[in-house]
Amino acid sequence: MFDGRASGRPTSDTDMTTATLDPELRPALFDYLLRLGDDALVLGHRLSEWCGHGPYLEEDIALTNLALDCVGQANGLLGLAAEVEGAGRDADDLAFRRDALDFRNALIVELPKGDFGFTVARQLLFSAYAHLLYEALRESAFEPLAGIAAKAFKEARYHLRHSSEWLIRLGDGTDESRQRAQTALDDLWMYTGELFEKDDTLRTLVDAGLAPDPRALEAPWRERVEAVVSQATLTLPEDDFMLTGGRSGRHTEHLGHLLAEMQFLPRAYPDAVW
Amino acid sequence: MNEVAQVEEFEARIRQGEKIEPKDWMPERYRKQLVRMMSQHAHSEVVGMLPEGNWITRAPSLRRKMALLAKVQDEAGHGLYIYSATETLGVDRDDLVQALLEGKAKYSSIFNYPTLTWADIGVIGWFVDGAAIVNQTMLAKASYGPYARAMIRICKEENFHKKQGYEICVTMARGTPEQREMLQDAINRWWWPTLMMFGPPDKDSTNSAELLRWKVKQKSNDELRRHFVNITVPQVQALGMTLPDPDLKYDEEAGAWRFGAIDWDEFWRVVRGRGPCNRERLRARRAAHEAGAWVRAAAEAYAAKQRAKQETNGVRAA
Repeated sequence: MFDGRASGRPTSDTDMTTATLDPELRPALFDYLLRLGDDALVLGHRLSEWCGHGPYLEEDIALTNLALDCVGQANGLLGLAAEVEGAGRDADDLAFRRDALDFRNALIVELPKGDFGFTVARQLLFSAYAHLLYEALRESAFEPLAGIAAKAFKEARYHLRHSSEWLIRLGDGTDESRQRAQTALDDLWMYTGELFEKDDTLRTLVDAGLAPDPRALEAPWRERVEAVVSQATLTLPEDDFMLTGGRSGRHTEHLGHLLAEMQFLPRAYPDAVW
Repeated sequence: MNEVAQVEEFEARIRQGEKIEPKDWMPERYRKQLVRMMSQHAHSEVVGMLPEGNWITRAPSLRRKMALLAKVQDEAGHGLYIYSATETLGVDRDDLVQALLEGKAKYSSIFNYPTLTWADIGVIGWFVDGAAIVNQTMLAKASYGPYARAMIRICKEENFHKKQGYEICVTMARGTPEQREMLQDAINRWWWPTLMMFGPPDKDSTNSAELLRWKVKQKSNDELRRHFVNITVPQVQALGMTLPDPDLKYDEEAGAWRFGAIDWDEFWRVVRGRGPCNRERLRARRAAHEAGAWVRAAAEAYAAKQRAKQETNGVRAA
């Protein structure tokens, strides 16, 4: 298992903070924190679209809970990104005053919320990844990130449980629910590969002990997803065609609309404080 | 015991300030009035999620977004909680929801008005939750135990919502000219509908006398409305904003604010379905219900399969 504190910097007995961070690591770490923060922000936005429109009042509450966790994570991660960047921006500047090309979220989180089956299937695929990622990030040599990860890990565990239970109900429910759940899995599958890509940003951070190697997360992720999908009596898609682009700012058409809505007020009234 | 004696005993308990609990005998009329009030209250929480939910995706900062998400989530929780309290009166939540979807049940008319700018989110928290607190503080002393207890719990959260709403308004009042304009506009639009939330004037309130006698309510609609105006006017002034009422003036002698005539025609029009958003609100609730039908069917089918498995296992074990 990844242990950044054992393998990476710093050599002193204290962990790295923003102040003691190696300046050479800053750009990569900023980029990485944007990825994590944008994933949480954009997914939180999609989940929040269910508020008031869920299939049960109980599920409205649950989905809003998930949305709240995600926006809370985004707030922490983007705040930390802004600190690492050191350019005088804050979490809100990063959330509300960047355009689509500068967003670093994975494509899977920006896809429209779809039906409840799509939302559940996406949540399962993403939470299974986030759960492993934050579990490992608790050991990051960058102390503030390890702190955020400790909380995000617990939240991801709940998100994973909630979405697993629902996918099993839908898969092993009626013919219609089974069909919808399978379609959602099939439609989402090509967006999962991006989560495990390793590029220069990650190479730098993995070497420094700040982030786990995403490739090491793929096998346990697949195992977890496969277990749930099989219990749901569904079939894991076999297609190995994978889309990519989010981490370098090449998004789907959907992100621009999402940002137009989310960023409207700070953009329309740039001098206002809310 | 015959019914006359039962009613006498029931009313004596109420006079002594005792709480009526679900298993206690109660007049059918008391039960019906409570089902009507409590289910309307629960429906209001649920429909009330829509106008505020309208701004979740456009909240102007992460902190505001989280606060608004939490607030709307609280409302869903209140809805659940009051539906459960209503079920203690021998009704079923599904039937109550069905009545709402069919347009047979009422909910607070305030939610038939649209949220047009971010200032509306502040003003709703301040005015609408503020008015709800005035009403619910009274209902927390209601003679029916489960309702009173639900209100105590809910009031605590509503107080928090009101503070958050007012804080949004304070921020906007200190902000740019455009923000102040938005805030004033929202105050102008929400003021009269908020005053209507307390219900028709006492002389036209058909249910009031009975509800007061049975201590479901402790104060009349007009008393509650006056109380709300008295606490809210100074708050409006503190922000340097005005209220859309040329007749509003302070009565030194009475130590109270006197306000102008409420347009009760508008009130009845909106109650009867002709407000700006009545159709949209119901359509949104129905759409959510219909879109969720296959999900609920799946959950039921899955639960049935699990039960069947357990029974089979049980038989084997036996």
